[in-house]
Amino acid sequence: MEVFLQQLINGLTLGSIYGLIAIGYTMVFGIIGMVNFAHGDVFMVGGFIALILFMVFTAWLGVAVVPALVLVLLLGMVLTGLWNWTIERVAYRPLRGSFRLAPLISAIGMSIFLSNLVQVIQGPRNKPLPPMIQGNFVLMGEGSTTVVLAYKQIVIMVVTVVLLAVFWWLVQKTPLGRAQRACEQDRKMAALLGVDVDRTISITFVIGAALAAVAGVMYLMYYGVVNFSDGFVPGVKAFTAAVLGGIGSLPGAVIGGLLIGLIETMWSAYFTIDYKDVAAFSILAITLIFLPTGLLGRPEVEKV
Amino acid sequence: MAATLDAQVPVRPAAGALLSRAVREGGFAALITLGLSFPILALRTEQNMANELVLVPRWSWVALLCIAVFIARFVQIYFDNKLTRTLLVLGCFTLLGGLGRAVNAAFDGFAATVFTIGLLLLIAGMVWERRVETAGVTTPLSPAAKARWAVVTRYAGPVALGFLAVYPMAMLALAGPGGSIKWIDNFGIQILIYVMLGWGLNIVVGLAGLLDLGYVAFYAVGAYSYALIATKVIPETFPALGVWAFWVCLPISGLLAALWGIILGFPVLRLRGDYLAIVTLAFGEIIRLVLINWVDFSNGYAGLSTIPRPSFFGIPFNASDTGFAAVFGLEFSPIYRTIFLYYVIFALALLTAYVTLRLRKLPVGRAWEALREDEIACRSLGINTTNTKLTAFAIGAMFGGFAGCFFAARQGFISPESFTFIESAQVLAIVVLGGAGSLVGVVVSSIALVGGFEILRELEFLKQIFGESFDPAQYRTLLFGLAMVVIMLWKPRGLVSTREPTAFLKERKTVSSSLVKEGHG
Repeated sequence: MEVFLQQLINGLTLGSIYGLIAIGYTMVFGIIGMVNFAHGDVFMVGGFIALILFMVFTAWLGVAVVPALVLVLLLGMVLTGLWNWTIERVAYRPLRGSFRLAPLISAIGMSIFLSNLVQVIQGPRNKPLPPMIQGNFVLMGEGSTTVVLAYKQIVIMVVTVVLLAVFWWLVQKTPLGRAQRACEQDRKMAALLGVDVDRTISITFVIGAALAAVAGVMYLMYYGVVNFSDGFVPGVKAFTAAVLGGIGSLPGAVIGGLLIGLIETMWSAYFTIDYKDVAAFSILAITLIFLPTGLLGRPEVEKV
Repeated sequence: MAATLDAQVPVRPAAGALLSRAVREGGFAALITLGLSFPILALRTEQNMANELVLVPRWSWVALLCIAVFIARFVQIYFDNKLTRTLLVLGCFTLLGGLGRAVNAAFDGFAATVFTIGLLLLIAGMVWERRVETAGVTTPLSPAAKARWAVVTRYAGPVALGFLAVYPMAMLALAGPGGSIKWIDNFGIQILIYVMLGWGLNIVVGLAGLLDLGYVAFYAVGAYSYALIATKVIPETFPALGVWAFWVCLPISGLLAALWGIILGFPVLRLRGDYLAIVTLAFGEIIRLVLINWVDFSNGYAGLSTIPRPSFFGIPFNASDTGFAAVFGLEFSPIYRTIFLYYVIFALALLTAYVTLRLRKLPVGRAWEALREDEIACRSLGINTTNTKLTAFAIGAMFGGFAGCFFAARQGFISPESFTFIESAQVLAIVVLGGAGSLVGVVVSSIALVGGFEILRELEFLKQIFGESFDPAQYRTLLFGLAMVVIMLWKPRGLVSTREPTAFLKERKTVSSSLVKEGHG
């Protein structure tokens, strides 16, 4: 029971991070029907930006940890958004309307480029940081079988929930979100009705990257280490989450993220930690083969 | 990167307005570059003696990069002529390289030479621009030039084949037994492996239009089949086979890979496009992760070593009395094995190409191409899409398996490290960049991507500019990713983008692939 509860907490924390990344996949897929393969690497770039900014604020400017984290979060969102804006502008926009696989291949190239760019300019080694937030609540149990809720886990979950609320409001209630949903339904019609489609798509990429940047900060806080190759596997898992939740559906992405996080931690706890990535990849394959619309997705209508 | 934001202005606006626009756009691009590079390029994280991370600023790099982006964007907007643009941008970048040398090391003779070259390029660009302005717009290719080009392309294939056939001998004659190994092995064999993989994947991606991101799985199946059979099964059960191990295992590896092609192909029959790509990626990763974790079977990360090398049809390549050199009365040298391996992979690659060409003329090949162009129409015409897709997967996988078997035999050692996603991406890039479906395109892009990056290792002069710690080889993958993006932007249909129809009425008309609707597979 204690093990289960502990894994539940860990899984939800991990799942929040996956959910934040998954939103970027699902939004981009919703609006331009493209798997943004480089999104996992944008998340990794976000993690690196967070690492460097955190060091600038704490080591150079002497800001305390908590205000530094808030600043890192805000500035990191802006800078990672700028990265994704540039990527969309340079590598995807010219290919819109080209044959279907061209953007996917461009995105794969971008993914390889980003991870190796960071490897070259920041070095191939792991970048460890001393723990930012220490301490935890002991919820129940004693001795070796305690259930522990670490402060950093609370921070991760709270930040995720708050951001999702803000983001939900942005998509549902603002003119920007309306334009975004209109483009998702019918890009040509939206353009005829005066929606600036290019701008809306750019903003979608920026929002997706901003959430990925938050995920990057959380990842750095949770594991205390970031590496140039950290984009690929979390990226694929977040994509799995987006597919599992039903691609194109925002609540689906979050639910999928939580599910993937839970499955991963439970699998590691009860089966074997060696095959946890195999489990994630298998879920991806099984979902795509047997449940391609996901849990909350709309079925795709085949037009001749 | 700015080359993609190309806006073709039909009428040139007034020079003043154009200048201010170019300055504005250039400044904007430089500002964006500053924003992008601010934390991640400007401050490098490094570990100090106490194993703590410290930040090392590199503002001069950021400044140089911003200036370079400004110049590139400015030139791109302000000048119309492509040659002018190229000359000017190259000139400015060379100047910046010289500046980098002067900042990082010292203003010495080398930096002065670089500066001079840069200035010369700039002057050449200016002169050319003046000529363009006075002479008007340059004419496109004349009919005579086109006719000459047609002759060149007609004989290119046979000439290239002849060149490949004599390549190792020519290298041996030119560089001697010691010096030629690098050229035959790193360039010849390495490129031919990728040509073969590209041609194998071309059946799946280029002909049947099924995007496969996990092709390396079949390469791995072939390699591990050979390694496991040759090191575990043959010595215990069939010791008599001995030196023939490679020749016996080659077909077995291909068949096992084809079997896996069917096993993995079966569940994904319903999927198309991006989803198919992602599932095949997942399968490729699953196979790699199983190879890593199932230590009893595959020896995990440590990999399998002492894999027997191929023999010359029963005669081993060693220094013994029954070895190749002794039997043929030659002096023993490792070069004979390398040359033999070269011809083996050359023959395997030719086999792949031959089979592909023949299959395209059979009903199944026609069905693949029909499937690529339009799956729904294909089904309406009564083509069994299940069988069509499975044969494409199986045959593509089989050639991947052959290549894997050869790879294991050539290396003598394999580990899961050799079968990562990046390999799949590389082979896919070769196929797509060459122009999906084109055999010649695969060769061209293999030479460009694989050979180009091998050459990168040799570029010592870059160290002179960027300092001794600069290692060009580490930029290999970086440039490879960039090349994928740039070629997609420049030619989304690949380098060789014309299609010759295999079935035609009366006359064969070459169709530009941009006229073909494609990509639902």
